[in-house]
Amino acid sequence: MTGRPEAAALEAPAAAAPVVALRDVHKRFAAGSRTVEALDGLSAEIGAARITGLVGPDGAGKTTLMRLVTGLLAPDSGSIRVLGLDAAAETRAVQASVGYMPQRFGLYEDLSVAENLELYADLQGLAGAERRERFERLMAFTGLGPFRTRLAGRLSGGMKQKLGLACTLVRPPRLLLLDEPSVGVDPVSRRELWEIVRRLVGEGISVLWATAYLDEAERCHEVLLLNEGRLLAAGPPSRFSARLEGRTFAVRGEEAERRTLLDEVRALPQVVDAVVKGRDLRVLLSKQAEPGYLESHCRTLQAGRARVTGVDPLFEDAFVALMKEQPATSAGRPARGGPSSRGAAPARTKTAAGRPEAVIRVEGLIRRFGSFTAVDGIDFQVARGEIFGLLGPNGAGKSTTFKMLCGLLPPSDGRALVLGIDLRRAAAVARGHIGYMAQKFSLYGNMSVLQNLRFFASAYGLTGKARQERIEAALEEFGLFAYRDAVSETLPLGFKQRLALACAIMHDPGVLFLDEPTSGVDPLVRREFWTRIDAMAEAGVSVLVTTHFMEEAEYCDRIGIIYRGKLVAAGTPEELKAAHATPQLPEPTLEDAFVDLIGRYDSEHPR
Amino acid sequence: MWARLVALIAKEFLAVWKDRRSRAVIIGPPLIQLLIFGYAATFDVNHVATAIYDEDGGLAARDLIARFEGSPSFEIVARLTREAEIRQVIDPKRAILVIHVGQTFSRDLLARRPARVQLIVDGRESNTALIILGYASRIVADFNSDWLKAHGEIAPPAHLVVRSWFNPNLESRWFIVPGIVALLTLVVTMVVTALTVAREREVGTFEQLLVTPFRPFEILIGKAVPALVIGLAEGTVIIAVGVFWFGVPLRGDLPLLYAGLFLYILAVIGIGLMISSVCRTQQQAILGAFLFVVPAVILSGFATPIANMPPLIQDLTLVNPMRYFLIIVRGTFLEGLSAGLVLERLWPMAVIAAVSLSGAAWLFRHRLQ
Repeated sequence: MTGRPEAAALEAPAAAAPVVALRDVHKRFAAGSRTVEALDGLSAEIGAARITGLVGPDGAGKTTLMRLVTGLLAPDSGSIRVLGLDAAAETRAVQASVGYMPQRFGLYEDLSVAENLELYADLQGLAGAERRERFERLMAFTGLGPFRTRLAGRLSGGMKQKLGLACTLVRPPRLLLLDEPSVGVDPVSRRELWEIVRRLVGEGISVLWATAYLDEAERCHEVLLLNEGRLLAAGPPSRFSARLEGRTFAVRGEEAERRTLLDEVRALPQVVDAVVKGRDLRVLLSKQAEPGYLESHCRTLQAGRARVTGVDPLFEDAFVALMKEQPATSAGRPARGGPSSRGAAPARTKTAAGRPEAVIRVEGLIRRFGSFTAVDGIDFQVARGEIFGLLGPNGAGKSTTFKMLCGLLPPSDGRALVLGIDLRRAAAVARGHIGYMAQKFSLYGNMSVLQNLRFFASAYGLTGKARQERIEAALEEFGLFAYRDAVSETLPLGFKQRLALACAIMHDPGVLFLDEPTSGVDPLVRREFWTRIDAMAEAGVSVLVTTHFMEEAEYCDRIGIIYRGKLVAAGTPEELKAAHATPQLPEPTLEDAFVDLIGRYDSEHPR
Repeated sequence: MWARLVALIAKEFLAVWKDRRSRAVIIGPPLIQLLIFGYAATFDVNHVATAIYDEDGGLAARDLIARFEGSPSFEIVARLTREAEIRQVIDPKRAILVIHVGQTFSRDLLARRPARVQLIVDGRESNTALIILGYASRIVADFNSDWLKAHGEIAPPAHLVVRSWFNPNLESRWFIVPGIVALLTLVVTMVVTALTVAREREVGTFEQLLVTPFRPFEILIGKAVPALVIGLAEGTVIIAVGVFWFGVPLRGDLPLLYAGLFLYILAVIGIGLMISSVCRTQQQAILGAFLFVVPAVILSGFATPIANMPPLIQDLTLVNPMRYFLIIVRGTFLEGLSAGLVLERLWPMAVIAAVSLSGAAWLFRHRLQ
């Protein structure tokens, strides 16, 4: 990411004395009969007046660390010094100068934006002229000024986070702790959030920012990489990726062969990681790989149907390399590289004319809620075996579109056909051809893994031996066997997600609907998930996925961007990126393209 | 389809059983309420705090007062000596009743003039006051006829002989316990069903359920069967406790009672599922359930007769399933209500059940967002 404007803007200020210093901190929790080592001898420092990224998979101990620093939890052993104070002993003094925004900030949804702020000002004992002046500043700062009277419950995800941040900043803290503030926030709002935090750092505030998004980690001055309660690595993100110099490559093959190529590359022993990145595959080789390894071992490459170029390593590559080089442990991460396509099923059946048949067909779809038009005439098609992504900021209408496709919401006008059927009107049996995975892993939380699988198998009409075999196959394939009797809500997030997918595809559906499937899960789980989805697409399943997560969009064959109820752009990720290349930014990321597109649309279509 | 339905019903049972909140609602409160209502809730008035203001002190006065002292209904808590003290005992509720015997009471009686006894009662609780006055006037009436007999006078010409049918001792427990069958079945079934759909909407599993091949009426059956089983079990336990523990006679036909219970529970389930379907969270659903339960109980005849309500309200009670079941359950317990009379109350409940259940099934799919 070197040369990118925001990276340049973040040249690390001169190091000063650390604001937080942790020495050999231990913290255990009892989870049922087991004890979990949330932090296992952690020592780390957080520098002053800079953004320190706290990165790691779910359950790495990020939230525990934040709560220890604020004094909300006391460590079992070890010392935590915050701004020169002992966090465990001088808790009040620490809390007076630390601002903490938890993952779910306690906004009062039935109070307006201003009332929420008032409340937090009261709690912080801020009054008089100081209070008025601070409010004005925060409103201007967060851009919430025009929404003063709106109920907090009606704000979009991004605006809620900004309000949460404003409430945290009512009394300016010296240290600000943000726990995954950008989960569920669209790219435009995410950029604004970053801009706000950057300005805070400019005022001398130190920030600790926990995130599962690796592109965010890349923008921090320093990164602490946590795994299973231990510090794996620390330092500026550039130092992480620098170690991988010469090990990262882009492989470009025939468009249609992309997934076969991916499987082939992944099977090579020296390949640590390979993912689809737009038109290319992004490949990370192990330290042992000799120069020219890919060219000499990959048959497709040897046949000249693909070519290799070296690329700059990203923080993400370093993260994956560090995580995968860890011995697989109790967290149950599979040691193998994840699932591969089950048998190279005939790829992408196309009709005689060479045109793919449309499995999902959306024509002039409109949905109104009262006087508000949430979806305003959307058309698109998804071919068999294609992964189509619906992107858009919160509240743009993508969830509404999604619901209409699944038959959960009737359209006001137009048609949404899946396999030629309107799921809203069709016989119930037709729903047996679709799989659906909702945003929040909607499973029966108090039932066991096996009970969930059994229920969904029966729901889709599987009986007797077929049902038994299918359940066993699912337990095996998704690595859930050891957890079959565990109550599903106690599972780690990654396993919940596997279970949700296992339940959704129990009946081998022809079409799969995924609503923000990897929101909140860590990068490794996300890769594993997408490998499965890729394999299914390869076998001919059409996939419709909503996301506002740009990395996820890169996995899609085509994406449609929905904004203000309209489909403002559609095409392959490459096409979209190419359309938004500028002289200043010749190779935009998908996020750049997205932000540019939204900006252009707003200026061409003022509200 | 059957296997699918069985799986759904099994899942619903699991969901209710594994949810701590629902499990608690089914077991704890009903038993506690049953005991509280059975023992504590009664219309009988006992140990009325009574103060005596006897200005006479004569033999006749003492005889009259002794009758009050001897009755279990009254308990003498104070003897007053000045009129001003009446206010001092009534105002802070130290006594509810003051018996004021005038200075000339004994003299008047012996002179065969009408003698006056004044009863001062705390009217702040009007129902209790009326009952106390009833008891007190019976004691005074007995005193009168005994006095007349003892002094060789002829007894009053008409003498009242009361015989109470169905409940010879007018024990209010006989009236209340059958009512509890209706009340607790309503509360438990309502809470269990009100939580089901709302719980799933809150977690997001309801949408997951709607995209599976289940039809709305299958989901309806899946949700209704566990509630029905739980409601019937609950009703059975309360009926058994009523008969074997509280000794309330069950004179009518058990199958008729169960026909009533069955339709009653179905109607409640229908209403509960409708409430649950329109709610977004479990909290809303519980609030909704209570918004229904409280007026349903008050307007059912559980405590106050429907016949005493204004005509408009009486019409409103026609859509209240508890109104019908209350008649059936009290009727079968105490009087052995005939099949014809039971049937007259069964069909309105069947109509309420049919309408509300179809409404709930429709709402599953049509409740937006």
